[in-house]
Amino acid sequence: MEYILIIISALIVNNVVLAQFLGICPFLGVSNKVNTALGMAGAVTFVIVLATMVTYLIQVYVLNKLGIAFMQTITFILVIAALVQMVEIILKKISQPLYQALGIFLPLITTNCAVLGVAILVIKKNYNLLEGVVFGAATALGFGLALIILAGIREQFELADIPKGMKGVPISLVTAGILALAFMGFTGIVK
Amino acid sequence: MNQLQNFTKGLLKENPILVLVLGTCPTLATTSSAMNGMGMGVATTFVLIGSNVVISLLAKLIPDKVRIPAFIVVIASFVTVVDLVMQAYVPDLYKTLGIFIPLIVVNCIVLGRAEAFASKNTVLSSFVDGLGMGLGFTLALGILGAFREIVGSGAIFGHKFIQGDGILVFILAPGAFMALGYMIALVNKIKKT
Amino acid sequence: MAKTESTFRNMALSLTLIALVSSALLGFVYELTKEPIALSNLNKKLNAIKLVVPEFTNNPNDEMFRLATGEGDSLEIYPAKKDDVIVGYAVNTYTSKGFSGNISLMAGFRPDGTIINISVLEQKETPGLGTKMTEPGFKDQFNEKNPAEFQLKVKKDGGPVDAITAATISSRAFCDAVQRAYNTLQKGGIK
Repeated sequence: MEYILIIISALIVNNVVLAQFLGICPFLGVSNKVNTALGMAGAVTFVIVLATMVTYLIQVYVLNKLGIAFMQTITFILVIAALVQMVEIILKKISQPLYQALGIFLPLITTNCAVLGVAILVIKKNYNLLEGVVFGAATALGFGLALIILAGIREQFELADIPKGMKGVPISLVTAGILALAFMGFTGIVK
Repeated sequence: MNQLQNFTKGLLKENPILVLVLGTCPTLATTSSAMNGMGMGVATTFVLIGSNVVISLLAKLIPDKVRIPAFIVVIASFVTVVDLVMQAYVPDLYKTLGIFIPLIVVNCIVLGRAEAFASKNTVLSSFVDGLGMGLGFTLALGILGAFREIVGSGAIFGHKFIQGDGILVFILAPGAFMALGYMIALVNKIKKT
Repeated sequence: MAKTESTFRNMALSLTLIALVSSALLGFVYELTKEPIALSNLNKKLNAIKLVVPEFTNNPNDEMFRLATGEGDSLEIYPAKKDDVIVGYAVNTYTSKGFSGNISLMAGFRPDGTIINISVLEQKETPGLGTKMTEPGFKDQFNEKNPAEFQLKVKKDGGPVDAITAATISSRAFCDAVQRAYNTLQKGGIK
């Protein structure tokens, strides 16, 4: 039962992008086509799940044991950078077209605040390893959800008559705001 | 370009958040009030200047293939220093900014300037670049924060000037997105003229 | 331009050097800030306690003890003494029945059970509605009331508490937290 609450909370009530403001850069950068959005969501999910596992183990068995919790930022970001490198190499081998489509955004997963953010939140919320991984996966799905919804809407923008100054980032942000408003309706589901 | 141009580009022409659209996460999350936004901006500026200077100093010594991890370690170190100092001396601001302080390490502005500028320029230029970008960021955060605070809470710098509540949506998530969106649209319009 | 070659030796050497220097620097800063951080954490707690109990001459934090709530956990009790005579107890209480999650309060009681004052420590209620619980307009109505006679229930539930307009759930949660604090003190034998 606990796990269902964690999932619903991370997915829609406290959606990582629309409520917690994490992962905005790729949210704005990769959301103009549903296909690339899907690819990005998949890659981010993979990295987040792996990262939550490894950073949790490092926090408990290295940082806490040695009393050097202040090294959290450095070690976590290095782990994430290494994982993203790994994903890049794997993706290049198994799916060249997806690798090409994601382009520069793949190494940029390292700077996706959602990844580091989730790793830190798992520690702050005192989740155990399993809860942490479930939370990470649900958060990543929430990221994918927001991304794909926005991509779907942005594909429609091509056909709409948008004032010049609003084209691109501004109109996406305002749309995200309306989405955030809609998602706020989910508050209170999880007690 | 001379140092004056180097400095001012970060304020207007190449403002990191309003023009380059980098560092959006902390911008949206910490601007529920002017003080919070500017506090975030100052913390980020400190990291930006520190990492720009150190990376510029070490640029020639770091082999190309490992430059990104090396930059990350330098930036993360400065972020940790800021984190500890803030925890000790400004605990209330530290609590409000929360998770976004360690997240300065993935603020695209910092890594972006390190890669695009500091690793290829002199220490002085890198210092000035960091200062200009940082101040431009702080200014934008301050303006956005002030707008959201005035319209959303009916207060500025913590002093309320109306009775009751403002238009609350502006201090919540939707308002943040919309306010930033319109701000960037405004800057786009100004740039075109 | 004499740039260092990317030989394995150079790469390993430069990374190790940077890692060592930054770790040393951070360890140094950590030691420097350890005391100020501990001090500011202590002050925060003392400030919260000062708001809810009368003037005291002891250090409530040093004499903190825990009492069982009867629900499987315990609350922190901070005794306030003036010249060795107990003038009040500050109880760090909570409720999980908030509209948007947990709420934590510091409630001050006289030895006879009367509420002195209540301070809201943490809450994430809806701005403009549930957040009004931090305002004197709502929470001052509990001051100088003894839960033995003053039922901690909102008017809708048949009690005397004036709930916040349109924020009944938040108001009920607030009462729940105060009730928990009072019950815990009772159970601990402190009348």
